[in-house]
Amino acid sequence: MNSKLATLGLCAYIAVSCLVAFFFPQSVLAFLSVEASLLLLYYVAAPRRVKIFLGALVLVVLLPVLGSVNGYYLEVAIQIGIYVALALGLNIVVGFVGLLNLGFVAFYAIDAYLWAIFGSPQANAFIPGGLFPLSPNWFFVFLLLSIVIGALTGALLGLPVLRLRGDYLAIVTLGFAEVVRALVNNLDKPVNLTNGPRGISPISKPPLFFQPLLEFFGLHVTEAKLYPLYFYFLILVLVCTIILVTRRLENSRIGRAWKAIREDEIAAAAMGVPVVRMKLLGFAVGASFASAVGVLFAAKQVFINPESFTFMESIGVLAMVILGGMGSIPGAILGATGVTILNLQLLKGMSLWLNGLRQSGAELTIPLLGSYSLSQLPAQFEPAKYERMVFGLILILMMIFRPQGVLPPTRERKQ
Amino acid sequence: MELALEILPQVLLDGIVLGFMYALIALGYTMVYGVLEFINFAHSEIFVLGAFVGVEVLLLLQSAGYLAILHPLIILLLVIVASMVISGFAAMALERVAYRPLLGGPRLVALISAIGASFFLQDGLRLFESLWRNTFYLNYPSLEFLDQTVPLAANLVIPVKSILVIVTALMTLAGLYVFVNRTKLGMAIRAVAQDPDTASLMGVPVNQVIALTFFVGGALGGLAGVLFGIHYSLVNPYTGFIPGMKAFTAAVLGGIGNIPGAMVGGMMLGLLEAFAASYLSLMTDGAFGAEYKDVVAFLVLILILIFRTKGLLGEKVRESKA
Repeated sequence: MNSKLATLGLCAYIAVSCLVAFFFPQSVLAFLSVEASLLLLYYVAAPRRVKIFLGALVLVVLLPVLGSVNGYYLEVAIQIGIYVALALGLNIVVGFVGLLNLGFVAFYAIDAYLWAIFGSPQANAFIPGGLFPLSPNWFFVFLLLSIVIGALTGALLGLPVLRLRGDYLAIVTLGFAEVVRALVNNLDKPVNLTNGPRGISPISKPPLFFQPLLEFFGLHVTEAKLYPLYFYFLILVLVCTIILVTRRLENSRIGRAWKAIREDEIAAAAMGVPVVRMKLLGFAVGASFASAVGVLFAAKQVFINPESFTFMESIGVLAMVILGGMGSIPGAILGATGVTILNLQLLKGMSLWLNGLRQSGAELTIPLLGSYSLSQLPAQFEPAKYERMVFGLILILMMIFRPQGVLPPTRERKQ
Repeated sequence: MELALEILPQVLLDGIVLGFMYALIALGYTMVYGVLEFINFAHSEIFVLGAFVGVEVLLLLQSAGYLAILHPLIILLLVIVASMVISGFAAMALERVAYRPLLGGPRLVALISAIGASFFLQDGLRLFESLWRNTFYLNYPSLEFLDQTVPLAANLVIPVKSILVIVTALMTLAGLYVFVNRTKLGMAIRAVAQDPDTASLMGVPVNQVIALTFFVGGALGGLAGVLFGIHYSLVNPYTGFIPGMKAFTAAVLGGIGNIPGAMVGGMMLGLLEAFAASYLSLMTDGAFGAEYKDVVAFLVLILILIFRTKGLLGEKVRESKA
């Protein structure tokens, strides 16, 4: 009875928030409440089938519909998807195996550049024949290829460094990411591989193989409208696949070996866990997730340059994993969603709000201190520019008050 | 080949100057690692803070009209002391707020907190300078005394700035050596680094010694910041990351926790970088130039860690208890 009531309430909530978001497409709060419905879904005590159905309803039907009203919603959703996938990949390395990787974005960068170079005229600079850009159909080949290449680079980096103790490993991975970034930034000579700091564009988008089908049903959607939806569904499929793979891995022999290594490496080795091989596998799996997202990112952005792959990105993804709860799949998803929303919507929203206040020139009266005109509010004070400050503060406070994250893995929670 | 020999003295000089700066910053990392066994990620921001205090003091003196009146050495002393003291206290405050509550927990937690502190300080500094000066890219006012050069040989002209870096760093390193090895406080620091529990049983106030270590490390970082600012003129809140990374590399290179190791590692890295910056393009006929100096530095770090996991001079950290 109770669960039925909760489910009904949730349905009502989803319906209301979607209606509000539909009729007030500019309101940040309305869209946030739609996003929050997924979180509520996680907490509500309802049968599994109902939860999955409602979740699919929101993700597959309602969000795309809202996204066609306000395109920015889809953009936010795609970004969230990209970061969820990255966070899930890093979660394997940091959360399951317990290896601190501060250069995770390197794998993402390598494969983003892989598609960028061959999916744009860039490759003509060093391979004669004018074969490039490759036809969009190659996108899916590269998506699969990137998984292999990501796993290989992950293992290649892992091979020499996995003997190192935690902190050293962190620094070496950071160094690796900086090396990758420096190479990408400078390999425009002697051979122009990456076009250096100017970046690469235009990068081919994935093929619209289903367009004849749409035409057949009499749907005429412009490419400009179709592509965001297409990317949204691509990233959705990718994220779902990653979640499925991670879940299967987590409860398998491999996942248990990883956790054993995380808890006590020596004990794990004594129990016959092949420590080095398992660590390498963790590195490779995490890297392959990031690589797949990299290809998608390059195709979505059309233009990429080294600026997208800074240390800040690595730390951002790490923060997502840690804030959500290391070693927990819902945690990584929640962390990635929360941080992305914070960056894309909350801070920007606050900046706009403060700007509005400034322009309104309202008087703020503080007792005993007199009144203060809001138009005097310093223009430098813009929350969107100080994301690192907000971020840093959140990280410190979380570490002091809730180091295990918002949604720690269930087994640990029971203890 | 002739060209290579001709620029050699200049390259050596650049490398030595850079090496001293890395050594000063690396000491902050290594000393903290010695007592707490964790990477004080925010140390690079303490370094930047030092650079900013330096430029602020100089700008304040300039606007008050003292810059032309006072003897340049007094000005330098004032700037250096101010930034060392403020950076030292900032490092202490950081330890108190962001690290001490986390002592005894997993090391990853403290490291994340340090990363958070680093970000907070970067943007905090930016916010402060934007409100105060309307820009966060600050230029060191030029001092005539420092812009002079001393010609030593036909192909070697030493700027006074470089002499300043070398002399100050040498004096500080000597002072630090005496402090750590010959004074009671230094002995306390070494005792805590070896074994905090036993040290505490012997009546060493461990928390205060840790705070003192942060102060000393922070002050050295602040000094490095001022010297960096004076030498390269331009500072912004984000300049710290790369020198900080390099300095940490230097600390690891020499063996972390090892004070002479940090000096050796810093000097090696500085020289290596200067050589890479000047000779890479000569060696590869211009195919790879000075922009690869960071790549070389990090590759060396990775190689050293692979083949000599404990650094060149060996780690000096306590054996972790099983």
